[in-house]
Amino acid sequence: MSSPSSLRLSIERRALGAGLLAVALLRPARAERPGLREAVLGFTGGKEPSEGGITLDIPPLVENGNTVPVTIAVESPMTEEDHVRRIALFNERNPQPHVITAQIGPRAGRARLSTRMRLATSQRLVAVAELSDGSYRSASAEVIVTLAACVEG
Amino acid sequence: MARALINLPRTARRGEVIEIRTLIQHVMETGYRPGADGVVVPRDIITRFTCLYNNEEIFAAELAPAIAANPFLSFSTVATESGILAFTWTGDNGFEQTETRSLTVT
Amino acid sequence: MRRVLLALLLAGAASAEPRQSGFELMSPGTQAMQRDDSANPGMLWVEEGRALWDSTGCASCHGDVARMRGVAARYPAWDAASGGPTDLAGRIAQCQEARQHRTPFPRESAEALALAAVIGLQSRGMPISPPEDPRLAPALARGEALYRERRGQLDLSCAQCHDANAGRHLAGSPIPEAHPTGYPLYRLEWQGMGSLQRRLRNCMAGVRSEPYAYGAPEYAAIELFLMRRAAGMPLETPAVRP
Repeated sequence: MSSPSSLRLSIERRALGAGLLAVALLRPARAERPGLREAVLGFTGGKEPSEGGITLDIPPLVENGNTVPVTIAVESPMTEEDHVRRIALFNERNPQPHVITAQIGPRAGRARLSTRMRLATSQRLVAVAELSDGSYRSASAEVIVTLAACVEG
Repeated sequence: MARALINLPRTARRGEVIEIRTLIQHVMETGYRPGADGVVVPRDIITRFTCLYNNEEIFAAELAPAIAANPFLSFSTVATESGILAFTWTGDNGFEQTETRSLTVT
Repeated sequence: MRRVLLALLLAGAASAEPRQSGFELMSPGTQAMQRDDSANPGMLWVEEGRALWDSTGCASCHGDVARMRGVAARYPAWDAASGGPTDLAGRIAQCQEARQHRTPFPRESAEALALAAVIGLQSRGMPISPPEDPRLAPALARGEALYRERRGQLDLSCAQCHDANAGRHLAGSPIPEAHPTGYPLYRLEWQGMGSLQRRLRNCMAGVRSEPYAYGAPEYAAIELFLMRRAAGMPLETPAVRP
């Protein structure tokens, strides 16, 4: 059995190995990939999300990209008049940019969502929240994925 | 039937925000992974999760292949009245499973 | 090739504790996943095992699975039939065949892992205490010899990583001391549950050697040595590891 990740992951595993961590640390700041930005703007209907009032909590250095805990929390009173309607998470370098979209509302009491995700490689993540007034907020995080030793096959 | 674990309090005070955690056994096959024979294994994932509180949807999520195997979800709701919470996972190849839990609100 | 691998063993702080579970080397997030039963995916297999315990008839002899408290901590145990040690999975299979008159669940099947997991959970937190049975002495010696034997294209023994370089890193991963405290366990790399034998096979593949077949006596011998080496450490089943 091999790891159910993309082919790219297995290639990087062999090609980069221990060098991946160093490469990731040395990589200069870069613009978001078009796929990620398109996915975010697809969710917001073209509106530019504002920063702040939302947190994306994910370990900066993960032990295994197969199962990475992630939590998104939005500051909101969660009342009928003022609440979060949707929370979405997007990634940059998996085969597909979409990770999850959740529909919530005032009955949630708290605008907070936790799940576990796959990361094919080190990359950038963007969380976006849609508020009841039609505005959007976003937060991003950079994650470095290290590789497991002694795997199958 | 897949095993599912649902964690929420049995009782809550009216107006209290309670946390709900769910885990379900599922491979979440991405559809991008080549099998041992080199042929890509077809996608087999849970695509949608819903939570109904006395038949009213209080939480729903669309899941992509980037969600880890044995999907974990944690969210919250306001305890409004005693009743039944129904959790439904649906996905590829006709996957559908519903679990229910009762909540007593005091 | 060996030089290349050894070059990857980056210097790291060695632990001052006499013995350390792999749990201590994990990130806080992965530790939290193991600690909280409502977040530990291994508990899905435990629940499956609980259902199988009743449906396959284990309960009709043994009663409630809670009565298996302490059992998993006492394996591998002497097995008269094979004249050597057997692991818990082997004992369950034997019980299914001899007493339930059914084809045992295959090793590493979801059902076999589930039963081992629910039995293991009953001993969680108890000290590992493999029997000090003199009849096991030859297997124990064999297990230690296998642990110290160089193998594979990389010509590495278990001891060279897990004794001589424990606490250091192999690429990005810390090298644990190889105490099998939490099997069967949920390995993030597997995205599922697996036995110690599966983990040993991963190590053997890692040094480019041919793993023994599942159920081979070599595994029971290595497990016996490792459990004796880990005696007194608390059982963690179902553990989570990267």
